[in-house]
Amino acid sequence: MEIHKYEKAWLVGALVLIFFFIGTIAYVSAVVGVDMVDDSGGALDVDEVSEDERFADPRVEQVGEDEYEVYMIAQQFIFRPGTHDTVDVPENSEVTFYVTSIDVIHGFQLVGTNVNTMVIPGQVAEITVEFDEPGEHGIICNEYCGDAHADMEGLLVVHPEDEWEEMQGGDG
Amino acid sequence: MATFVDRFPFEAKVVRVAFALSFLFLGLGGIGGMIQVLHRTGYLRFVEEITGGTYYTVLTSHGVFLVVFFTIFFLVGVFTWAITKDLDRELGNPGLTKYWITSMTVGALLTSIAILAGFTNELPALGEVSADVLFTFYSPMGAHVLFYLGLALFVTGSWVAGFDWFKTWWGWKKDNPDKRIPLMTFMVLTTMLMWYLGTLGVAVEVVFFLIPWSLGLVSEVNPLLTRTLFWFFGHMVVYFWLMPAYMMWYKIMPKLAGGRLFSDPLARVVFVLFLILSVPVGIHHQYLDPGIPEGFKFVAMTNTMFLLLPSLLTAFTVVASVEHGARQRGGKGYFGWLRALPWGRPAFSGMALAGIMFAAGGFSGMINAGMNINYLVHNSFWVPGHFHLTVGTAVALTFMAATYWLLPQLTGKPLAGVKAAAVQPYLWFIGMTFMSNAMHRGGLLGIPRRTSEPQYEQFDYEPVFGSVAELDFQIVIGGALLVASLALFFYSIILTWFGSKVSADGGEGEVIDDEIPPALSGPENAPRVLDNLKLWVGIAILLIVLAYALPFADIASDGIYEGSEYIPVMIEVLT
Repeated sequence: MEIHKYEKAWLVGALVLIFFFIGTIAYVSAVVGVDMVDDSGGALDVDEVSEDERFADPRVEQVGEDEYEVYMIAQQFIFRPGTHDTVDVPENSEVTFYVTSIDVIHGFQLVGTNVNTMVIPGQVAEITVEFDEPGEHGIICNEYCGDAHADMEGLLVVHPEDEWEEMQGGDG
Repeated sequence: MATFVDRFPFEAKVVRVAFALSFLFLGLGGIGGMIQVLHRTGYLRFVEEITGGTYYTVLTSHGVFLVVFFTIFFLVGVFTWAITKDLDRELGNPGLTKYWITSMTVGALLTSIAILAGFTNELPALGEVSADVLFTFYSPMGAHVLFYLGLALFVTGSWVAGFDWFKTWWGWKKDNPDKRIPLMTFMVLTTMLMWYLGTLGVAVEVVFFLIPWSLGLVSEVNPLLTRTLFWFFGHMVVYFWLMPAYMMWYKIMPKLAGGRLFSDPLARVVFVLFLILSVPVGIHHQYLDPGIPEGFKFVAMTNTMFLLLPSLLTAFTVVASVEHGARQRGGKGYFGWLRALPWGRPAFSGMALAGIMFAAGGFSGMINAGMNINYLVHNSFWVPGHFHLTVGTAVALTFMAATYWLLPQLTGKPLAGVKAAAVQPYLWFIGMTFMSNAMHRGGLLGIPRRTSEPQYEQFDYEPVFGSVAELDFQIVIGGALLVASLALFFYSIILTWFGSKVSADGGEGEVIDDEIPPALSGPENAPRVLDNLKLWVGIAILLIVLAYALPFADIASDGIYEGSEYIPVMIEVLT
């Protein structure tokens, strides 16, 4: 097959670009470590979400010194917790979200960040986030889930440590 | 001089019918786009979001009418033209041809009725009907069964169309046993083979899951399984939209530039690559799905990156061919040749501008393909920004531009409204520059797709520069230009369609131009193995099995007919 020399050069350049892209992603996945949403959250029966010990009482739970787990249910058109009550965590914490749906497919994203996952009925999405700075993050559903989809939002508050201490003290 | 319509009156009629349907849906889909743009002005709101949900009726019609019916009706038209012209041969079985065009038309009609019923949520005799499920019709949100039945008729009709073209080629091959497959025929056949493989996913989803489920024959389906079946089809389909545009960039654009295709063999390589690589990549739409192990996502990512190759090769071959044409017209210098191109001729300028936009769309696509960076843009406004460059411009503008060149051959009438047509591609290009720029930027801010505009109460968007209102303004400007461009297209096309014929001796008006010169480097330079379609289909199937067998087995282990009950899209009216 006759290939013009410029065309050959272009072909080689294109392949180099492709291998470069794959190489960077492979490097990041294998060495730096990319935490993709995968099957680690496990599957569950949609009808039995309310009997699952993680989701019977959706909540924020402290599991280690600076480690927290959030068990959240997405449903038309709210996040529980998140919509009617904020999700509260302290700064300098590592938070793992477990999110599932009891009706249709939803999305879960902290606005303007790469904390983003699909929420599929029957599956538990698991995503771990480190919050280094205090602040507020909007939570939105970014997958069309019905008429009021555009209204499905919530709020996550990362509290400064002193404020967090006070909140904990208030509880005790 | 006899042109296509004189030599193949039946086929010309088939193409005209397909184009008329295509443009009908282009117009209806365009109205859907216009309503969304007006909504963003804040003053002209005809649809309700949140309270009434009719916004999603409009969004579903905009998506389905444009990416399913406009594109695919155009495809069956232009492929019918290509096969007939390339092989210089009639389709040969009018009954078969009439069957597929009827099946596709009835299917499109049923689906459209189901979608448009969303404005009132009921139809006489059928009761409650709604299908506000968008083009991505994932379970457990269920549309009325009419929506799925229509799609099934439409897709099976397209399968028969492919069979019709294969039959024509088989007949030609019998008469020309030792000849190479002519290039346009090669492109049509490989594209259809890709379509057969990729539509298997959506066919299984619709026929075995969504239809029985929407009729209540099975009570539950597995949402992740049906979603994965959808995306088995869902990325291949973007190449199904794109391949007719590629065919015209390869075969028609160089000729309009004054030259000819640079390399026939490379064009064949490109189409073979699309055939073998466009299905085993679908999981890249599911990078963020729970329930799918990371390894499967990595495989899809690798295949996706290799899929850049045929598009990068196309960029070279098409630009080289156009440059060759410009130099034939007296163009000189490193970049000076660009001035020698026929920028005032809409068939050329439309395709060239579409190609430039496709380069930009390709770059945002490369970003989407990176499985880690995808987390930042997934389901954000960035994504519609991306596909308004690809299907919304590379494909749509190329189809409109090609129509300026094809319609005279199909009607025997010279192009009318020439001045309007000459401006039209530029308006589209500028309009889409504004619109997609704003969408991409909005996505980076975290504005989601599939909402009429961000109107959250608990937080605000804080752009580094500009403002959300400024982004909306750009979308409104862009949308206005796009609507104007569409109006000019329809003006020129309708005037042509109902105009008067060129007289038989070509004495009146211009002679209809329908010549396509052969490639500089012809098929004799292409290895024969490239024409071995069975081999390529075999490799394609192998890659699909490698990419999909384990994910499907894994997902199906959660249960096939277990998971979610049917959840209708209509909201209960609270009284």
